[in-house]
Amino acid sequence: MSKMHALTGNEAAAYAMKQIDPDVVPAYPITPQTELMQTFAQYVADGAVQTEMILVESEHSAMSAGVGASAAGARVMIATSANGLALMWEIVYITASSRLPIVMAVVNRALSGPINIHCDHSDSMGCRDAGWIQIYSENCQEVYDNMVQALRISEHKDVLLPVMSTHDGFIISHTVERVDALKDEEVKKFVGEYKSLYPLLDVSKPVTYGPLDLQDYYFEHKKQQAEAMKIAKRVILEVGEEYGKLSGRSYGLFDEYQTEDAEYIIIALGSTAGTAKAAVDDMRAMGKKVGVIKLRVFRPFPAPELVQALSNAKAVAVLDRSEGFSGIGGPLFQEVRSALYRKADMPVSGYVYGLGGRDITPEMIAGVFGDLKEGRIHEDEAFHLGVRE
Amino acid sequence: MKDSTIYQRPESLQDVPTHYCPGCGHGTAHRLIAEVIDELGIRERTVGIAPVGCAVLAYDYFNFDVTEAAHGRPPAVATGMKRVRPELIIFTYQGDGDLAAIGIAETIHAANRGEKITVIFVNNGIYGMTGGQMAPTTLIDQKTATSPLGRSFQNEGPPLKVCEMLAPLDGTAYIARGALNKPANILKAREYIKQAFLNQIEGRRFSLVELLSACPTYWHLTPGDSMKKITEEVIPNFPLGVIKDER
Repeated sequence: MSKMHALTGNEAAAYAMKQIDPDVVPAYPITPQTELMQTFAQYVADGAVQTEMILVESEHSAMSAGVGASAAGARVMIATSANGLALMWEIVYITASSRLPIVMAVVNRALSGPINIHCDHSDSMGCRDAGWIQIYSENCQEVYDNMVQALRISEHKDVLLPVMSTHDGFIISHTVERVDALKDEEVKKFVGEYKSLYPLLDVSKPVTYGPLDLQDYYFEHKKQQAEAMKIAKRVILEVGEEYGKLSGRSYGLFDEYQTEDAEYIIIALGSTAGTAKAAVDDMRAMGKKVGVIKLRVFRPFPAPELVQALSNAKAVAVLDRSEGFSGIGGPLFQEVRSALYRKADMPVSGYVYGLGGRDITPEMIAGVFGDLKEGRIHEDEAFHLGVRE
Repeated sequence: MKDSTIYQRPESLQDVPTHYCPGCGHGTAHRLIAEVIDELGIRERTVGIAPVGCAVLAYDYFNFDVTEAAHGRPPAVATGMKRVRPELIIFTYQGDGDLAAIGIAETIHAANRGEKITVIFVNNGIYGMTGGQMAPTTLIDQKTATSPLGRSFQNEGPPLKVCEMLAPLDGTAYIARGALNKPANILKAREYIKQAFLNQIEGRRFSLVELLSACPTYWHLTPGDSMKKITEEVIPNFPLGVIKDER
């Protein structure tokens, strides 16, 4: 039996962390992540978890403390946003290359500058090449579900890659929704006891984390990370299915909404997928064949699976909540377009929207579908949706 | 006719309301700085560096050029600016999260290099802007959003005394600590701020003034009780006075 809660996205992530009861949580506040760690700090103070919470002086130290704790054999969870993630950057790469299974909630916020505290995906998209698995959540329920699953994916012995589980700042992080949570013992059983494969101070099997790695082995180690990322796709699916049996909510690499007979499909990440679904409902009521693909997993990128899912569409639009400054389009657009390389007859249209928390409405989404239908395809240069010229 | 004005808005302050909470020390600190800059006649060659924290919007209140820096980096930005334009008067305005936590490395190294800048350090013992979390300067047993049972010496260490830490460095010329809790202390703090700017005008090295300030909102006290707390609890932990003056 599960239990319904009224939780913000941040509280949903903190609640999952409470049930997981990680060994170590290093913390440094940043808007809009702050409430997540504050909620968790209260769990620590209440004795609801046994976690060693370390209040450090910066995100760079937070991630470093996470690396130290994880290498020592602890289960580590952490959270940040925007500039906090940027300050961690050096250690973000080191975590992945050290194959430390740390789960980090990234509460998406526009990365400075100019300074802005509201949602876009420039923070997590900026480190898409860091070697972390990236999972995006649409609502508070998914925030909870993805945090629980992230740990299993990350710690899988064939994966051992850190996971960013992201949710949109303020839009999800500060919005109260109904969250169906598993029972504590169900979560405990699902995530299991963490046993590091290569802990420090095992005198019979001494290890070194993060050694100098030059022309001799660096390349091989990077290849191993890339291989693990490929394997992660299978593990994400297995964990999503197992979680479905437990909770009634299964998860895949992406979520298809009304796509089966759809002529026009929009691909989006995060909360905007929910807005797009509402727009699709309205348009379906008017007899229009439109659908949405909500990409859940951005790293590893599910290219062949997406191509398959788009195979019957006449055209597709990709909505990016970050500007890649490529002159072509945002990161999601480029990945999708690259995935569809062999389907040259499929028009792919790029949109950049919602930067710095600029609103996106069902009407704007309906406008995108209108563009697709009428052949206004932005294939060489993304259209900036909702910007003032 | 004789001008009988005894109190007016300094030219260095904009005529706008601030976003600061009732009882917050930032308004007082801004005014003291503005008065000193007016008095020294340096408004047109002064540049402020704003922090990340509650004073992130300081550029909306000061009536001179202000540059925003990333969290904790004002002393590094000030270094770059002062080295290129030594004739300018450069000051940083930083809270305890900015200066003593995330930016402590920049603080120490700018001080140790003896950068000819002025640092105004507003210490309210808490992270105000993010909603009242524990700072390095939080007092032992003080309850915050991330230390709900109170800061413990064993786990989080004692409050960081920035002035006492920087004073032994040969690069520092002037280190003083004032408090914004009552008129006598505020007038004293104004003297410290003035000296810290004078040092820069006269070519001396790194000057820092710490201002003990209240955060009634996240101390969960009235402004009046917050002033009392500064007197009874904060000052005993952070003694006032000129800690170093190499003149």
